[in-house]
Amino acid sequence: MARSVTQRRKIINTAAAWAIGLLIFFPILWTILTSFKTEAQAIADPPIFLGFDWTLENYGVVMERSNYMRFLWNSVIIAGGSTLLGTIIAVPAAWSMAFVPSKRTKDILLWMLSTKMLPAVGVLYPIYLIFIKMGLLDTKIALVVVLMLINLPIIVWMLYTYFKEIPGEILEAARMDGASLREEVLYVLTPMAIPGIASTILLNVILAWNEAFWTLNLTAAKAARLTAFIASYSSPEGLFYAKLSAASTMAIAPILILGWFSQKQLVSGLTFGAVK
Amino acid sequence: MATQHSRSAARIMLAPAVILLLGWMLVPLIMTLFFSFKKYLPLRGGDLGWVGFENYVRFVTSSSFWPSVLTTLVIVGGVLVITVVLGVLLAILLNQPMWGQGVVRILVIAPFFVMPTVSALVWKNMFMDPVNGLFAHLWKFFGATPVEWLTQVPMSSIIVIVSWQWLPFATLILLTAIQSLDGEQLEASEMDGAPPLARFAFIVLPHLGRAITVVVLIQTIFLLSIFAEIFVTTQGAFGTKTLTYLIYQRVLESQNVGLGSAGGVYAIILANIVAIFLMRMVGKNLDA
Repeated sequence: MARSVTQRRKIINTAAAWAIGLLIFFPILWTILTSFKTEAQAIADPPIFLGFDWTLENYGVVMERSNYMRFLWNSVIIAGGSTLLGTIIAVPAAWSMAFVPSKRTKDILLWMLSTKMLPAVGVLYPIYLIFIKMGLLDTKIALVVVLMLINLPIIVWMLYTYFKEIPGEILEAARMDGASLREEVLYVLTPMAIPGIASTILLNVILAWNEAFWTLNLTAAKAARLTAFIASYSSPEGLFYAKLSAASTMAIAPILILGWFSQKQLVSGLTFGAVK
Repeated sequence: MATQHSRSAARIMLAPAVILLLGWMLVPLIMTLFFSFKKYLPLRGGDLGWVGFENYVRFVTSSSFWPSVLTTLVIVGGVLVITVVLGVLLAILLNQPMWGQGVVRILVIAPFFVMPTVSALVWKNMFMDPVNGLFAHLWKFFGATPVEWLTQVPMSSIIVIVSWQWLPFATLILLTAIQSLDGEQLEASEMDGAPPLARFAFIVLPHLGRAITVVVLIQTIFLLSIFAEIFVTTQGAFGTKTLTYLIYQRVLESQNVGLGSAGGVYAIILANIVAIFLMRMVGKNLDA
C-alpha cells in the first residue's frame, strides 16, 4: 500500500519536474532547432517544431560573413588568459592565507570580496581613459587585465576554501620528514589541490566568457568577442532568425558544455562558501 | 608555530594579489571622485574647472534620476521575488525522488550559462517579436492580438528575461541548502501528523533562511548593474532606463564625464549598502 503511494508520487514528481525543466530549457532548445532551419521555415506560421528540412547552411553563412572564428579565438584568449593569469596570482595568495594565517587574514579575504561589489559603471570612465592613454583600448590585453581583476577575488576565495580543507597534519608530517617549502608545495600540496584548482579555473572561464559590460564598452572591432559579435545582430534587416540562432548556438555551446561539468563547484564558488 | 621564515614568505606570496586589487580599487575610484567635482566634457572643451558639488546636485535633480531609481528598484525587486519564490518551489520539487533527476537539473541550470547578450537577443527576436515571435504565434493561435512586448510592457518583459537567467542560480543554491536538511526531522514531523504546508512553513523555510538571504544579497549586487539585457532590448527607452544605464549614457553617449562620475559615486554608495550586509554573513561563516 505505502509502496504504491510512493511509487505514484514518484511518477507525479518526475512528470512535473521534467515538464518544468523542459519549459525552462525551451528557449535554448528552440534556438538550437531554429539554427538548422531555412530562414523561411524559421518564421513559418504556425511554427515548425521538428518537421523541417535540416540544413547546416546558416552555420556556413555566419562563419563566412562575420568571421566567427576570429571572435571565437578572441573569446578563448580573453577568457583563458584572464583565468590563467588570475590563477597564477591567486594560488600563492590563497596558499599563504590558508596555511600561514595571521590575525588579518579574515579582513584581507573580506576586503578582497568587497572589491567585487564595486559597480562597474562607477569606474567606467577612468578605466576607459586609462586604456586610451596607454593605447590599449580595443585590445585583447585590456580585456584580459580587466577580467582578471574582476574575477581575482573569486579565484582567491575559491582556492582558499579548497586549500583550507587540506589537513595541516599532512604538511607537518612532510616538514618533519625534512621537505623544503618548495618540495612541500610541489609534491604534497599541488597533487591534493589540483581538483580544487581545476574547478576554480572552470568556473572562472565561464564567468569571463559571459562577461558583457566591459566587453561591450572596451572593444570595437579588433578585440571584439563573441558577446559583441552577437550584439551586432541586434539591428536586423530582412530574414535573420536562423542565422541569429546559428550564431547564438555557436556562442553558447562551448560554455554550456563546460558549465554542465562544473555544476557541483558552482554553488560554493558563487556564494563565496556561504552555502555549501 | 609557523616560523619567521615562512611568515615572511607568506607575506610575499600574498603581496601581488593585494597590490593589484588595491590598485584596481583605488585608482579608478579616486579618478571618479576627482572627475565628479569637475565640469569635464571631453568632446566639448575638456576640463572646464572645479564646480564643487554641482554635478551631484544636478544628477539628483535631473528629471531622469528618480524614474531611473524607480526602474532599478522595480527590476531588482521583481526579479528577486520571482526567482526566490519559484526557486524555493523548484528546489523542493527537484529534491523529491524521481527518475532522471540529473538530466532535469542540467535542463534547469542551463540558462545560467547563456551569455546575457545572447539571451536578450533570443528573447527579443524569437519570442517577443510582435510579428514573428513565438509568443505572437501563440497569441494568434488563441485568437488574441499579439502584444508588442518590449514597447507595451517593457518592464515586465525585461523582468521575465532577467528572471529566466537568474532562476537557475537561485534554484541551484536553494537546492544545495535543502539537501543538507535533516531528513529525520521531516520524517518525525510527518509521523506526528504535521500537514505538508506546516512542514514547509516550520521546518523547510526556516532552514532555507540563510540560503535565501545569500541569494537575495548576491543577486541584488549583480542585478543593480544589469546592462546587456537593456542595451540589447530597449536601449533604455520606454521607461526602462536603470541607474546603471543612465550613468552609462551620461559618460559614454553624451560624454559628460563630471555628471556621470557623480552618478557613479551614487551607484557605488548604493552597492556598498547592500554589500555590507552580504559581507557580514560571509564573515560570520568564516569564523565557523
